[in-house]
Amino acid sequence: MKFLRKYMDKIQPQFRPGGKLQKLESVYDGMESFLFTPNTTSSSGAHIHDGNDLKRTMITVVVALMPALLFAMYNIGLQHYLAIGQPETSWLTMWTFGLLAMLPVIVVSYVVGLGIEFIGAQIHHKEIQEGFLVTGILIPLIAPINTPLWMVAVATAFAVIFAKEVFGGTGMNIFNVALITRAVLFFGYPSRMSGDEAFVKTDAAFGMGAGNTVDSFSGATPLGQIATNVGDSLSLHNVVGDPITTCDAFMGTIAGSPGETSMVAILIGAAILLITGVASWRVMCSVFAGGLAMAALANVFPSPTYPASMLSPWAQLCYGGFAFAAVFMATDPVTGARTRIGQYIYGFLIGVFAILIRIYNGGYPEGAMLAVLLMNAFAPLIDHCVISFNIKRRLQRANNKQ
Amino acid sequence: MLSKKNKEALFNPLSKDNPVLVQILGICSTLAVTASMEPAIVMGISVIAVMALSNVIISLIRKSIPTTIRIIVQLVVVAALVIIVQQFLIAFDYDVSKQLSVFIGLIITNCILMGRLEAFALNNRPWPSFLDGIGNGLGYTIILVIVAAVRELFGSGSLMGFQVIPQWCYDHGYENNGLMILPPMALITVACIIWVHRARNPELMEN
Repeated sequence: MKFLRKYMDKIQPQFRPGGKLQKLESVYDGMESFLFTPNTTSSSGAHIHDGNDLKRTMITVVVALMPALLFAMYNIGLQHYLAIGQPETSWLTMWTFGLLAMLPVIVVSYVVGLGIEFIGAQIHHKEIQEGFLVTGILIPLIAPINTPLWMVAVATAFAVIFAKEVFGGTGMNIFNVALITRAVLFFGYPSRMSGDEAFVKTDAAFGMGAGNTVDSFSGATPLGQIATNVGDSLSLHNVVGDPITTCDAFMGTIAGSPGETSMVAILIGAAILLITGVASWRVMCSVFAGGLAMAALANVFPSPTYPASMLSPWAQLCYGGFAFAAVFMATDPVTGARTRIGQYIYGFLIGVFAILIRIYNGGYPEGAMLAVLLMNAFAPLIDHCVISFNIKRRLQRANNKQ
Repeated sequence: MLSKKNKEALFNPLSKDNPVLVQILGICSTLAVTASMEPAIVMGISVIAVMALSNVIISLIRKSIPTTIRIIVQLVVVAALVIIVQQFLIAFDYDVSKQLSVFIGLIITNCILMGRLEAFALNNRPWPSFLDGIGNGLGYTIILVIVAAVRELFGSGSLMGFQVIPQWCYDHGYENNGLMILPPMALITVACIIWVHRARNPELMEN
């Protein structure tokens, strides 16, 4: 580390005003604060002193995403080798295949997103902020694995510029940037984001795992199958036609967007977020409560017209992106509600809308993304109502005392 | 004929006083008719025609209109002109008039129109009013055409209905962006144009 410190000190003068590379000052500052703790702290005013800063918060979220990411790689491999009829392949090979399949998406997401952040910071002579660290890893986890890389790049660029930079950068955005990326993909290239060909990688990754798909192959996700289900009972199957249970969905060995399939991995992430206090348990719990309530309500009136209403409430939570959205999207502190009562309302409505869209809107087999984006828009209003209600109550109390 | 004041009436609305970019008027039709270029151009020409003629008519009778009922008089004039334009389109360009559907009829509610009648035609002679109508109509049309060009190019890969993006690109994995066809993209495109326009004209920036 000492060598690195010395090197950073040595090249520092070039980046200061007057130096050769002063145009890249914020790039240097960004790298320095990424590698070392900044040696300047605020000296005056009432600040809360805590070892936790933005960088550490972001890193905690990234760590919490690791189980989902690692499992996603394994599951991509698993689905692939199932599809080409080699289910006996060892788990390590499967994982390596998934790693190779996901790596380009991760690289593209980070290069494009961070590139725009660096350029933006440079133009405005501001510090580079760490906001994209989490977004950059969320995007590969929620974009279907077969999304072409240039689409990921276009959508990431669009989201970072129009959902984040124009609002003032990290911490000022109204909508969750990763979800905007997915929404751009979803509305811009709908054929790539749903249906049979989006969610299971059937071709080789860097020459690995080449093979033809078996005849019984069908890449539809469980929710996709439910949306097109006909008849009074649901029959779900995996990519080669074998039946699956809610237990499979809980473990995550089903087709879907990389990060969303495994409830176990997501719950480990949730535990990390809650123990470190990074995410709000109020939001997280109320999303699940809202989802359960809406799913239970719909399950009381099951109807073949809306096949998803035949799914049991617990199964609703396990399938699709609901749990991932609840743990990693809804709890985004920037775009969510901040008052305590507001957080309960905000989370509960996300849960309700996610299941509502999923069951009763035939056009969208999954509603978690749209529900979170919708409630992002309403979060400031909820906060405003809670605060003004509180002010009114306290004014009344004060007046009564006199 | 083209004194300094008249020149301003004609050319200012093209950029410095553009009805869409600076006054943010007429946004509804900008969203509705800009998915491709052909209806956008027809819509623009219709608005120019209605605006120029209604400006002249109102300016001619401006001294005899009682102030209390001037809005109603303006609406009658505009409505009559809009119906003429609509019938003309149905007669000569049926397909486009189908595409534009109610939006030709809704020219009557276009804020730019009423705004120019109130702000200009009621206080000026017919010739400057005519130029003002042409200028504002052109300012509106330019924005409409730019937005439509961007949306049609990226949304359908064509311009004026002709394929622009070569088949070679599609063979190599390029796809049209469906989001461009949806109305929200018109707003974002207009926002980008405003962004560029303000950056080039810093004196227009609001605090």
